[in-house]
Amino acid sequence: MNKVAIEDQVLTGVVEQYTDAPAPKVMVTASDVKPIDHSVQPAITTHSLGLMYGGKPAFEDVSLSIRHGSITAIVGPSGCGKTSFLMCMNRLTDLIPGCRVSGRVCIDQADVNSPATDVVTLRRRVGMIFQKPNPFPLSIRRNIELPLREYGVRGRQELGQIVQGVLEDVGLWDEVKDRLDTSALRLSGGQQQRLCIARALALKPRVVLFDEPCSALDPISSGVVEDLIAGLRGRYTVVIVTHNLAQAARLADWVGVFWVRGGSGRLIEFGTSRQVFKQPSDPLTYEYVNGCRG
Amino acid sequence: MLIWGLRACAAVAGSVVLLIVLFLVTESLPVLGHMGWSRFLTDASWHPAGDAAEGTFNLTPIVVGTLATTAGSVMIVVPLGLISAVFCCYYAPPVLARCYRRLIELLAGIPSVVYGFWGLVVLVPLVRRFEPPGPSLLAGVLILTVMILPTIALTAEAAMMNVPRAYLHGAAALGLSKRATLWGVVIPAAKSGVLTGVILGIGRAIGETMAILMVCGNIVQVPTSVFDPVRTLTANIALEMAYAMGDHRSALFVSGLVLMGLIMVLVIVAETISKRESHG
Repeated sequence: MNKVAIEDQVLTGVVEQYTDAPAPKVMVTASDVKPIDHSVQPAITTHSLGLMYGGKPAFEDVSLSIRHGSITAIVGPSGCGKTSFLMCMNRLTDLIPGCRVSGRVCIDQADVNSPATDVVTLRRRVGMIFQKPNPFPLSIRRNIELPLREYGVRGRQELGQIVQGVLEDVGLWDEVKDRLDTSALRLSGGQQQRLCIARALALKPRVVLFDEPCSALDPISSGVVEDLIAGLRGRYTVVIVTHNLAQAARLADWVGVFWVRGGSGRLIEFGTSRQVFKQPSDPLTYEYVNGCRG
Repeated sequence: MLIWGLRACAAVAGSVVLLIVLFLVTESLPVLGHMGWSRFLTDASWHPAGDAAEGTFNLTPIVVGTLATTAGSVMIVVPLGLISAVFCCYYAPPVLARCYRRLIELLAGIPSVVYGFWGLVVLVPLVRRFEPPGPSLLAGVLILTVMILPTIALTAEAAMMNVPRAYLHGAAALGLSKRATLWGVVIPAAKSGVLTGVILGIGRAIGETMAILMVCGNIVQVPTSVFDPVRTLTANIALEMAYAMGDHRSALFVSGLVLMGLIMVLVIVAETISKRESHG
């Protein structure tokens, strides 16, 4: 994306962010989603979203909206609910016993927590990459094919094309094309992480969530993965949680800062990357991004 | 000081195994010495006598008996154990799963003679209703199935419980259904643990004596159907040891040696599998 386009996006984004639009009155469900005009509607919106683990709040009152095709970085110290925030987007919170979500998350205008939402469809549209690469103990090929088969892609040729396509997309094809049938666990950490990204992209998601995707990797692999994420800009809506402020500054169009206040995580700042790093509105953010704190 | 204590313990444990093998070999040597291995395979039948020249010593039907009972029970118990573990880990409500696990653990603790007793009064008459005489290969297979089920079910369950949460989260994040997660991710990940359980189970099945002796009929023959009575290596030793003399006694030690050999092959297979697994 060129510079002008980014500026343009930034400006409209700012306006959109600060015009305090009222929440839609009608609950929208997955089944009655209309084709969306991507230039207007945000990809993800949250309304006073919060999450409790067994009565103890992890974060609360987070309201933001994320534009289609943008990269949004969520930064902040440990334990302020960044990962929990991500897990609300694809309802991975369902797997954690005793955790309760309050408020609303809408992806493409559909309420994620509505009873009408089909979790499988949701997770197919919202991919997630974890901190520690988690390829399954299967061959490289099977790792990508397993979810595809689950969604009814059966043709050998079609599967082969998708596998090659996504592996090329993550720059892994040339490295592994001769050993697609060997165990994915033999790949290096960085390769494993790229395989996981390929596996998620194979399902053609609209949103890809990254939970500190580089923190378990060495600097070189980390750089490769980071470039890969930058390459997703425009094609996917990316939300990335990171501890690495420099990474956030390099990657993100938008930055949200989480901080622990009153015993739970809060969103203390949300704006364009430039805003947050150059003219933050919250003094804490200023200290944080300038390395005086956190 | 402590390290020497530990070394001593290890040395004792290790040397016991060696001593037992040595003992088996030296006791078998007399008959092996003047008869050789070949007669154990080629003799007309198993009619041992104190003097090698007067008896016949064909062990083949007995080895077949051991292999048949073991293989039969393993074929039934592996799917059963897997299903039981999957049920316990992924489908049963927690309370039910806990009760079920206790029951399986209890099953593991029942003395083998009690199993044999139960087999004798329940299984054998049941088999007889299908096809006489009753005491048979099938009864042996069934009793072994019940006996090694806990070993396999419990190790398979432990292996499934140990599947990293990262895999489960990854599978969930890809929207995989429970079934796809199980077959595609959990079972491949738990494979080597399950295999270890299967090997342990086979070991137990091969070595089982009392229950097998009570339900198998103990006739020395190569079975032609599952309703035929068979004799296993273990039962052979237990039945004849009390009165065996001379070369007969020595031949029984050869049975023991063969048994030991089977177990050793099993251990080697297990080692190779787990080595290959750990190399990814």
